[in-house]
Amino acid sequence: VTSPLLGILASSYLAAPATSYESIATVTVGSGGASNVEFTSIPATYKHLEIRFIGRTTRSDTIDDLFVQVGNGSVDTGSNYASHRLYATGSSVGAGSSTNQTQWNWYNELTAATASASVFGIGVISILDYADTNKYKTGRILGGNDNNGSGYIEYHSGLWRSTSAITNIKFTANNNFVQYTHFALYGIKGA
Amino acid sequence: MPATYEPIATTTLGSAASSITFSSISGSYTDLVIIMSYSRSVSGNGLLRFNSDTGSNYSNTYLLGDGSSASSSRGSNQTNGIISYDSASLQETCIINIFNYSNTTTYKSFYTRGNDTGLGVISYMNLWRSTSAITDIELRPNSGNWNSGSMFTLFGIKAA
Repeated sequence: VTSPLLGILASSYLAAPATSYESIATVTVGSGGASNVEFTSIPATYKHLEIRFIGRTTRSDTIDDLFVQVGNGSVDTGSNYASHRLYATGSSVGAGSSTNQTQWNWYNELTAATASASVFGIGVISILDYADTNKYKTGRILGGNDNNGSGYIEYHSGLWRSTSAITNIKFTANNNFVQYTHFALYGIKGA
Repeated sequence: MPATYEPIATTTLGSAASSITFSSISGSYTDLVIIMSYSRSVSGNGLLRFNSDTGSNYSNTYLLGDGSSASSSRGSNQTNGIISYDSASLQETCIINIFNYSNTTTYKSFYTRGNDTGLGVISYMNLWRSTSAITDIELRPNSGNWNSGSMFTLFGIKAA
């Protein structure tokens, strides 16, 4: 897939102002599922990018991992990615890292086939200064899932060792994304 | 591109209150964000309920860093979501992200990130086992009140 408040002194419903946070594109997976979701031709007119998602896959497990590749014109499949991780399981906490990877390995962000029906993983990804050609690119995610008795909270950072502007972002997992999985790409403008 | 991150409502307390509620939330956005800057009279958890659901339909997993160690635990089959872990009378911040709140197909998941100047930092990953669209959100301390001056802002994010 490509592409009335109660009993309060001061309260109000507000008129919508112009903002610098804009929706660029959204992909919602259809009934046939999808092996990946990719945003292409991302314009360089923003300062930062944010992706908000819900996700579930066909993996025979309660959870699945989210893999992210970025690039210019097409995604980079070289060993130019690194990640750090802080996570919680509901009973323990841990940390880890990976270097020289072919993607950002962001673990346990998604639910999968044996999780309770209708439960999806959630998360927000930030990719900073994505169009700056003078620096390597960094991303981060806060996400995970709760499945009423199991679940994860996952904080990850990511480094892509390239000064190229990012025009493509591709999401995969260990198995296919299921229907209703949803990735929404937003741009944040600088002053 | 249209603006897509919009304030919907803000509540600032002129006197202490045992809860606040955002009600009649329209379904015209994709996600909701609540930003809380607050203090409370008694230490404990901040709680959340959707659509006045008092059933045992909530669960959570949390990660806490208290300045010397990190820990995690969870609650299952709870009668409310948990959003924060607060000291009494200290200034607190909490941001709640609620995903796909108006769809009627999936259960609703949301996470929080909170800071307490006394206790540390904490995130809760929550699940509400309901496919109902969220139209009302109640925020309350598990005991005591939100103090006067506490502020709660609801935002809507609209995807293309």
